[in-house]
Amino acid sequence: MAASASAASFAHRQASHCESGVMSAMVCHHGLPLSEPMAFGLGSALAFAYLPFIKLSGLPLVSYRMPPGAIIRGLQKPLHFSMRTETFRRSEAGVARLDELLDAGRVVGLQVSVFWLPFMPPDFRFHFNAHNLIAYGRDETSGDYLLSDPVLEAPVRCASADLAKARFARGVLAPKGLIYYPASPPREPDWKKALPAAIKKTVRIMIHTPLPIIGVRGIERVARAFERLPVADPAAAKRYIGHLVRMQEEIGTGGGGFRFMYAAFLEEAAPLAGRPALAELAAELVDIGDGWREFALATARMIRDRDPLEPGRLAALLRAQAGREKTFFAALGKAVK
Amino acid sequence: MDAADVPQEGNATHEGQRRAVYARDAEGHLGLVLSRGWQVEEIVTRQAVETFDELAAAALVGVRTGERSPLEYHMYRARMDVSLLAQATGLWRWRVRRHLRPAVFARLSPVLRARYAAALDMDAARLSEAG
Repeated sequence: MAASASAASFAHRQASHCESGVMSAMVCHHGLPLSEPMAFGLGSALAFAYLPFIKLSGLPLVSYRMPPGAIIRGLQKPLHFSMRTETFRRSEAGVARLDELLDAGRVVGLQVSVFWLPFMPPDFRFHFNAHNLIAYGRDETSGDYLLSDPVLEAPVRCASADLAKARFARGVLAPKGLIYYPASPPREPDWKKALPAAIKKTVRIMIHTPLPIIGVRGIERVARAFERLPVADPAAAKRYIGHLVRMQEEIGTGGGGFRFMYAAFLEEAAPLAGRPALAELAAELVDIGDGWREFALATARMIRDRDPLEPGRLAALLRAQAGREKTFFAALGKAVK
Repeated sequence: MDAADVPQEGNATHEGQRRAVYARDAEGHLGLVLSRGWQVEEIVTRQAVETFDELAAAALVGVRTGERSPLEYHMYRARMDVSLLAQATGLWRWRVRRHLRPAVFARLSPVLRARYAAALDMDAARLSEAG
């Protein structure tokens, strides 16, 4: 393989979510071992947001995590380093800059639209603009990029023109050719300070945001939207409920709306922070993640008419989830006081 | 979720790719487990794909009867809607909506055709064809 030198030392590792996977791989590549759940938790990425004014194909944006870029930015402080980010107005400039960095042996994070990536299975190729992956080299003869997409099992190659399209797709959360890489090497944090701080931030978002659409109150808001779904138009109601599950399970989350990954983070954090209570809370969060899976299953059965379509019943499941998460995050806040 | 409960039902939309999820092993520790897919995911993904397929099929029927423009067919086939096509071309939404009318589409300038073709990643000459 005629690839540039940087390709040799970079190790692809599969992850359950793109941004935490990219940041974990990138920080590891720069000499600091950091697991994916640790990147996710330390970056305070867990959340819930219901944004009815942002529409994706006519359906409201629902997210089980913080907005794209939160992990990239959020890791800077705890790991004492800075990320350099660059966006571009013209695609030619963006392509040239990426090539320059790769030629210099850099490993570069990219934001891309899934729709234009030929290596993705066709059923996955929607206009979702906030996918993340790593470019770690170029094939000298063909000019193809060597990419490490954390949600895939193995590294892939991508033709230059296709990657340019994916990087400069327009629409909601347009990537504008965003590239990012560490400007200085990350250093090991003071776990006893950094972990409680990161956890406190997540607790604040989940139960203390003064907006009724963020955190636990956001889940309740979605439950209300479910109760108001038009029964007269079952196809539209099914699209709406299916959309919520797709955001939870399929858009690179690793299941349970990120709750399992955050549980893995709490388990890893417990000995590092010297707070054994976190490990017990991790077990509780796994149960909550299972609750999300049950909600997904109930929804899918209604979509396929295996159960009668009753959005009200799903709303009740959502309210139960909201209640459990409220109790959970209050306990988590106490555990890091 | 326990590692033994990680769904291995095979999800056709993954095309054989395995995805990584976090689950509990026998000792109760959480770690990555590879999943062949879950039916639930397949159902919601197929639902989203089918929504666009149905819209494209309906548009195609409309093109045949002269009630819809080929542009509308191509838009849905590219899994876009009016607001996304407007953002991708940099045009106002009302203009895109107007261009979807067969009579207006038939008179579309070469410049605008090229803009739509670029946004939909297709040959401008084929923009008037559907099917």
